[in-house]
Amino acid sequence: MTFDTNLTRRRLITASAALGAGAAATPLLLGAGQAQAADALTLLNVSYDPTRELYKAINSAFASWWKGRTNQTITINQSHGGSGKQARSVIDGLQADVVTLALAADIDEIAARAKLLPANWQSRLPNNSTPYTSTIIFLVRKGNPWKIRDWGDLVKPGVGVITPNPKTSGGARWAYLAGWAYGSRVGGAAGAKEYVTKLYKNVPVLDTGARGATTSFAQRGLGDVLLSWENEAQLVIDEFGPKFDIVYPSSSILAEPPVALVDKNVDRHKTRTLAEGYLNFLYSPLAQEIIAKNHFRPRNPDIAAKYASQFKQIPLVTIDQAFGGWKKAQVTHFADGGVFDQIYKPG
Amino acid sequence: MSSSPGSSSIRMPGIAPLLVFASIAAMVLLVVGPLAIVFTEAFSKGLSRFFLEIREPDAVAAIRLTLLVAAISVPLNAVFGIAAAWTVAKFEFRGKSLLLTIIDLPFSISPVVSGLVWVLLFGAQGWFGEWLIDHDVKIIFATTGLVLATVLVTLPFVARELIPLMQDQGSDEESAAITLGADGFTTFWKITIPNIKWALLYGVLLCNARAMGEFGAVSVVSGHIRGMTTTLPLHVEVLYNDYDFVGAFAAASLLASLGLVTLVVKTALEWRHAGELSATRRH
Repeated sequence: MTFDTNLTRRRLITASAALGAGAAATPLLLGAGQAQAADALTLLNVSYDPTRELYKAINSAFASWWKGRTNQTITINQSHGGSGKQARSVIDGLQADVVTLALAADIDEIAARAKLLPANWQSRLPNNSTPYTSTIIFLVRKGNPWKIRDWGDLVKPGVGVITPNPKTSGGARWAYLAGWAYGSRVGGAAGAKEYVTKLYKNVPVLDTGARGATTSFAQRGLGDVLLSWENEAQLVIDEFGPKFDIVYPSSSILAEPPVALVDKNVDRHKTRTLAEGYLNFLYSPLAQEIIAKNHFRPRNPDIAAKYASQFKQIPLVTIDQAFGGWKKAQVTHFADGGVFDQIYKPG
Repeated sequence: MSSSPGSSSIRMPGIAPLLVFASIAAMVLLVVGPLAIVFTEAFSKGLSRFFLEIREPDAVAAIRLTLLVAAISVPLNAVFGIAAAWTVAKFEFRGKSLLLTIIDLPFSISPVVSGLVWVLLFGAQGWFGEWLIDHDVKIIFATTGLVLATVLVTLPFVARELIPLMQDQGSDEESAAITLGADGFTTFWKITIPNIKWALLYGVLLCNARAMGEFGAVSVVSGHIRGMTTTLPLHVEVLYNDYDFVGAFAAASLLASLGLVTLVVKTALEWRHAGELSATRRH
């Protein structure tokens, strides 16, 4: 009897010892990793969804360029998600050295709520702090079965439109405003509101970020048309092959995804020089070329001319001309109780 | 242990095979099928590609982080579970049912809430945010936050296994030991622990499975920094959104394997030590 109890106890001890050994070994492994990370220079770039591939390429180019110039080995960590959600995380304390988000309003939010960078951040770098631009276009299924050619075709009954939630996604806000600009061109202010109301009636599901919406459309087969970043649509063609067609509407919006240094965080991490170098690098011909290759529209005129055939020229309204800037557009359309809340009823 | 198998069967010819078939069909469709797809996708580009994906630095970091988070939160919850079950089963006090309800709370609230509370407390705009920043303490968007979120979500597992068993056992043996002159510590090690060891292991097992598999709560406090604050379940999402489907399913198959191992050990425990588990776990 006692013998038996001892035996089972021993078995239990062996089992818990195995668990314990695993538990003890892990902190050692991880501790070593962290110590290493502390010595090396690191930057955290908090970005939005469709820039995953872009910054993967830029980061490795920048790391070798910086190594050549300063002989410092650096690591750049990435975090991606819906632009509004990412801004929220930085406000809540995610230690971003630089933010590269989908639109200025999200960085304004970080400046206003958490005071991590000055309110005039957008005037600190060339071109409104946007080293690349993009626009919103349509991605449809091969052969365009619904014959979607322009914004007007999206509000036809039965067309399933896939676009993420403008509350959390930057691309979705650009898409909403592009739709609004079309609506007001054909029907004035009242026509614009009526147009977006009809448009969002055709949206079966709002994902939180552009990448989620793209997977819903391309991988899970939801909907008939995706309101997409131009670069994201090109990437889908690259990744999924010829199952989709790109449709350029008669007009769209000039999307300017800005970049900014997060002053309080870089000062705390002592990474200001590196972070400034990183953001300036985005304007260099080398980075501008990577930008064009990843289907973003480069700012550098020479590189833009070189890749002109990739980017169809269509009339693009700007946020400043058509909407009086992001601060105003954000309050009017996307704040709680704004136009989007009035026109969109889920389900 | 239980009544003879014949007595619990209802005599309705034709119904039983139909129901058995329906249940098996539902299981195959809803559980076995998807699980098979995970493994098929993971190995769709061959074995070497699978191992390449799993040894990729971000994947290794995710595996390490997941193990670390589990290695901290599971022992914490084991200690808490034993203490709570001991209190509830061996003593009478006011507010006992309230305590039981609170222990169960993490089961009933959404994991998103279990993550958000930590952001509200320790986020930069939260109650203690300013103090933490001034003292350079990182909780949210770091390992500590992931551990806190996991601990909260997995809190009831061990306690819930032990409470019914210890209530069943009563405190007669402990009382006898104390009457015979054993001190509290000896009584705990020589009487209580041997009595609950298998149920404890069972609870730890379930707790560990959930700790490693948790998605919602850790997603809120993670910040999604690749190779730094993404646990294995979050890493699966990252890879899936990168259009790296083989990588995503390779990581997912690791999680699925963990589930399968848990299942096997759990079943073994139920068969071999049925008498020492709480009544609901016996076969």
